[in-house]
Amino acid sequence: MLLTWFLLVAIMITAYVVLDGFDLGAGILHLFIARTDEERRTMIRTIGPVWDGNEVWLLAGGGTLYFAFPLLYASGFSGFYLPLMIVLWLLIFRGIGVELRMHLDTPVWRGLFDGSFGLASLLLAIFYGAALGNVLRGVPIGKDGYFFLPLWTNWRVGPQPGILDWYTVLSGAVALFALGLHGAYYVALKTSGEINARAKRAARTLWPVIVALTGASLAATLYIRPDLLDNYKRWPVLYIIPAVVAGSLFSMWRASSRGQERGAFLSSCVYLIFMLVGAAAGVYPNLLTSTTDPTRNITVYNAHTGSYALSVGLIWWSLGMAIAVGYFVFVYRMFRGKVTAAGHGYGSYSGSGRNRQG
Amino acid sequence: MDDALMMHRLQFAFTVTFHYLFPQLTMGLAPLIVILKTMYLRTNNPLYNRAARFWAKVFGISFLMGVVTGIPMEFQFGTNWAQFSRLTGGVIGQPLVMEGVFSFFLESAFLGLFLFGEERLSKIAHWWTAFAVFAGSWLSGFFIIMTDAWMQHPVAFQLGANGSFQVTSFWGLLLNPWGLIQYSHNMCGALITGTFVMSAVGAYYLLEDKFVEEGRAFLRIGVIVGIIACCIQIFPTGDLHGKMMGKYQPVTVAAMEGLFKTESGAPMVILGQPDAESEKIDNPLVANKVLSYLLYGTTTATVKGLNEFPKNDWPTNIPLVFYTYHIMVGLGTIFVAVMAVSAFLLWRGLLYKSRWMLWIILCCLPFPHIANTAGWITAETGRQPWIVYGLMRTAAGYSKDVHAGNSLFTLIGFMGLYTILAILFLFLVYRVIAHGPVEETAAEIESGTPITAA
Repeated sequence: MLLTWFLLVAIMITAYVVLDGFDLGAGILHLFIARTDEERRTMIRTIGPVWDGNEVWLLAGGGTLYFAFPLLYASGFSGFYLPLMIVLWLLIFRGIGVELRMHLDTPVWRGLFDGSFGLASLLLAIFYGAALGNVLRGVPIGKDGYFFLPLWTNWRVGPQPGILDWYTVLSGAVALFALGLHGAYYVALKTSGEINARAKRAARTLWPVIVALTGASLAATLYIRPDLLDNYKRWPVLYIIPAVVAGSLFSMWRASSRGQERGAFLSSCVYLIFMLVGAAAGVYPNLLTSTTDPTRNITVYNAHTGSYALSVGLIWWSLGMAIAVGYFVFVYRMFRGKVTAAGHGYGSYSGSGRNRQG
Repeated sequence: MDDALMMHRLQFAFTVTFHYLFPQLTMGLAPLIVILKTMYLRTNNPLYNRAARFWAKVFGISFLMGVVTGIPMEFQFGTNWAQFSRLTGGVIGQPLVMEGVFSFFLESAFLGLFLFGEERLSKIAHWWTAFAVFAGSWLSGFFIIMTDAWMQHPVAFQLGANGSFQVTSFWGLLLNPWGLIQYSHNMCGALITGTFVMSAVGAYYLLEDKFVEEGRAFLRIGVIVGIIACCIQIFPTGDLHGKMMGKYQPVTVAAMEGLFKTESGAPMVILGQPDAESEKIDNPLVANKVLSYLLYGTTTATVKGLNEFPKNDWPTNIPLVFYTYHIMVGLGTIFVAVMAVSAFLLWRGLLYKSRWMLWIILCCLPFPHIANTAGWITAETGRQPWIVYGLMRTAAGYSKDVHAGNSLFTLIGFMGLYTILAILFLFLVYRVIAHGPVEETAAEIESGTPITAA
């Protein structure tokens, strides 16, 4: 039961990263590869009808965490208070950036919201990466199960670290480039013409970077937390995970060099999924590790909700998620294919890049 | 009250109050948009489809503001109220996740189709997307109110190890009688906001003498639905809510009414300023015996005053509870009067020509938002000093490791950011209204900026 809920939370967070990941990636890239207003608009229209639904995975994932592992939710969210608040503010800037740019047709207005969308996406990617880095590194959990991390201390990985140290900054960089690449493959898949070509060029530039960063972050993780290999040693079948990560990197390169847009994007999805699965497999059954005293670790065993709630939860949760996945399949099918020239594609919901016939 | 507790409370109060300005409008407009789409299906008159699209634009902007200010709400349970979350996750985690899983996915999936899918879908299918958006937004309201209802009136739980609350009945929690009454009262309140906004825009167009046909349709639908909603708001939903509070939260009722001492045949204070120090109302204007009658159905019933309860169980800010309650009730009564006169004039065929009435309707525009906000402040500050009524004090619920300085830092951040959002919202909705419910030409669609073309 506890492993099931651990997996469900992990699935929701992974789904969020894969789905909103390409929204953020498109946001980051649009700072660099879209030059004209039309091109920016095309890029935003690739995510217009789906970004909000993708973001719901974050809410549903956070809620599921609250429900299934209240101690982790309480301790983690209050301990990461400052970066979480910054993430919330950035999500606001990202949301209005996507949705409001089309309301006025003036360079300043559009520049403002394009900047808001792009910079917020960029910073969000870094913060998410740093957050994952913090979970992997561990935090100084107190006797009462709580902690509070400052944004930075001395930038070293020690018993009293800050949110940002060299390791979490590296994690942030991995996330930034991984989501940028993910977004590049997505934009290439959903567009044609000049933007498509530039997205592919960006992907070719980013690919070697992500290969290098993946290796560096793996080495750094094992350097600061060698015990993350314990589960792997106990169940060697888990070594398939890093193999899949390596395979997905290779298949990204292969698919993109053969011009297979869908294959490259799906490989990138597999890459993100297995990076997260690999991390989850390393930390289980810990949810948050204490840097000061291992008896203070927050684990699935000491953080969970009562068993009645969890078993009934399995029923309604599965039902609700089955319906939600149905919506996603339906919506993605409705808006499948490439975004085309103005007025013949689709747009974002409070903006006006929409295709209507009187 | 210590500083950190105060800051955490202020931040939650500020962010939730601001947030709820938008959902009440979207939940109020959603059923009205479904009505417009239904009328389009039945009459085939393009006027109604144009009207539905116009309101969909307002809905879209309001929905966006609701989404971006709503995400912080779910996270603040953990960030600012860690002790509370840790102990209650086993109960209210459930409706919170259900809100995401059952309603946010529904809303987000169909809103895109509703706003952009019109020419990819048949007329009937497009009606269903509007209906799905309506259902999603009302379901979301249901789950979040069930969450709040459990804090107001905890049911279906037992105390687990380490003092945590654990749910014992799925349906018991979801069908909390308190929540059902609160939900009907709240949704009716949202509908009042929607109908007043729609009527006010209709009145504005008639007074400006533009989009007259559409303006009349807005008034017609707004007033007809509005008079029904305004009446239901007072009876039975408001009445039931009051009686329920009289039964389970008598100390809150005493604070709402400014009743410091127990009385039989208690009066209702219509105006006055409660002085919580010397326990009396300054400058009272009272209606004798009315309170006893409203709560218990007889003019002689005894109503418990604040003096019956230990002082440390009194709501922490009695004047605030008193004022917000009176603002809510006072405005609710005025709304019935405004809508009743409007409905009468509509029935007699005079409404569109009665400029004085159109002015009144227009000037009522902001007040349903104020009444809804005041009602929520009454409920939530009336619940104090409890975070889970009778079981857990608010002072025991906040994040001990997040000190007052951090909380003030983020409160200031939210204030700045939300000021920008408020300005953007007003600016963009003003533009939609100024542009009006016009037919979009092919050129405007091509340019991608139909709203700017006016």
